[in-house]
Amino acid sequence: MSREVLEKLKARFPDAVMETHSMFGNDTAMLKRESLLEAMRFLKDELKFEMMVDLCGVDHLPEIPRFEVVYHLKSMSRGYRVRIKVRLPEDDPVLDSVVPVWKGANWYERECFEFYGIKFRGHPDLRPLLLYPEFQGYPLRKDYPHKQRQPRLPLLKPERR
Amino acid sequence: MTQARDTAQDLHTRYLSIMLGPSHPAMHGTIKMDVAVDGETLVEIDVDPGYLHRGFEKECEDHKWNQCVTYTDRLNYVSAIINNVAYAMAVEKLLGIDKQIPERALWLRMILSEVSRISDHLTCLAAMCMETGGFTAFLYFIKAREYFYEILENVTGARVTYSWTRIGGVRWDAPEGFETQLREAIKNTRKVLKDIHGLFDKNRIFLERTVKVGVITQENAIAYGITGPFLRSTGFNYDVRKAHPYLFYQDMDFEVPLGVNGDNYDRYYVRMLEMEQSMRIIEQAIPRMPKGPVMLNDPHLALPEKEKVYNTIEGVINHFKLIFEDITVPAGEVYNFVESPNGELGFYIISKGGNKPWKMRVHPPCFPIMQALPEILKGLMIADIIPTFGSVNMIGGEMDR
Repeated sequence: MSREVLEKLKARFPDAVMETHSMFGNDTAMLKRESLLEAMRFLKDELKFEMMVDLCGVDHLPEIPRFEVVYHLKSMSRGYRVRIKVRLPEDDPVLDSVVPVWKGANWYERECFEFYGIKFRGHPDLRPLLLYPEFQGYPLRKDYPHKQRQPRLPLLKPERR
Repeated sequence: MTQARDTAQDLHTRYLSIMLGPSHPAMHGTIKMDVAVDGETLVEIDVDPGYLHRGFEKECEDHKWNQCVTYTDRLNYVSAIINNVAYAMAVEKLLGIDKQIPERALWLRMILSEVSRISDHLTCLAAMCMETGGFTAFLYFIKAREYFYEILENVTGARVTYSWTRIGGVRWDAPEGFETQLREAIKNTRKVLKDIHGLFDKNRIFLERTVKVGVITQENAIAYGITGPFLRSTGFNYDVRKAHPYLFYQDMDFEVPLGVNGDNYDRYYVRMLEMEQSMRIIEQAIPRMPKGPVMLNDPHLALPEKEKVYNTIEGVINHFKLIFEDITVPAGEVYNFVESPNGELGFYIISKGGNKPWKMRVHPPCFPIMQALPEILKGLMIADIIPTFGSVNMIGGEMDR
């Protein structure tokens, strides 16, 4: 259904769209990070994707580039849906914030920042959302051990963990 | 408003900052709000969630596919079935078996989803009405919720955390007398809802605390990504069950109630009407539900019957393999979304093959609503937080994951 959205996106940004697929009816486009903000503005203003449904980070550890940020967009007026993905390298996980395009992206980006350490350039208030401020590390990264504990107060019996 | 500001200047008052929560009678669910007030007017609000963060996504990445079902219960624990269903549907899409699920299982999933939706709305409105001073309504609502909890208990064996769906079907078939019990519950709930309509629709105390309080415009709601009753109260017609039908919703005859002003009263009213529509769906679904199996007959997915496990070697091996290795899901990614009582609930799952998800992302419907709360509340009074927060139906387990 929204295949034509991908076609339009490809026609408008021929260099930025790296690949597209439509697995299980979810139309997906992989973009270059340099042109993300511009492409998102195009999607919102001209293809009428008024709503950013979801934003999340993904860690594909052994792969290069390592991180990925996934956006799910929805057009309320036309009923389209599309998924936009951006890959980020491990040593420089910085991406343009889309808060100027959709103000609802604010908390999602804060969440993505605290869990994956991905920094959003131009975000108005990039601080942890769900975790406490003293938390060390980025827990959803694949190299953060699943069993690692960071109690806020020293435990009475540390061996119990 | 202008007068208050003038007085403040004369008296050289300062803003007072108050912390509401994390454990506060008005903040049901554990959440904190740092508010700055000028007299009683809210000037700045900073919502600070996260007290119920359990690392859902991290845990799921470390558990097998069927084990994650129990974690999805704990997202929105007031309507856990809908989480179960959404998760199971997502994984079934990844497996490519979403068209082969036994029909009875799908009908059961739909009926129990609607039962969950009703009990969720009942809980939300119970809390909201109680906090605005109507304790009677709370008792009525909870009484009605009990009818549905009993049904869920009869089917699933649990009252809150059902863990009832499996990948490929559901765990238990409905017991005997399920249909009669549903009809009875619906009949009794209609009586309760009639009482509530009589108590609240024109109740002056309730109207003054809800009408034109906590208003959000349609554009704002969409820009924040809000869905569900919160968006529909502004008059925007978006319901996943209508816009992207799943299960058998396209065959059902129901309406999507819409509000006008996008205020607390409209949200109360939209939820009241939605319960009636859910009951209509259940009534239509009961006679159409076919008999038959409720689980896919595939040894790679379904556990064998206990009789086979105890008496045949194939049964033992099958059981052992499924418990120890669990199912294997081919590589791929899927975003599956359903209409939960709060809005669009989405599961974005990435599989890289193997018996564990690589990434499990939940799009919680009350997350964007809580994000919009500061803008909705700015300029209102402290007392207005309570009905507004009540109408959000923030569920800590889903919000903080």
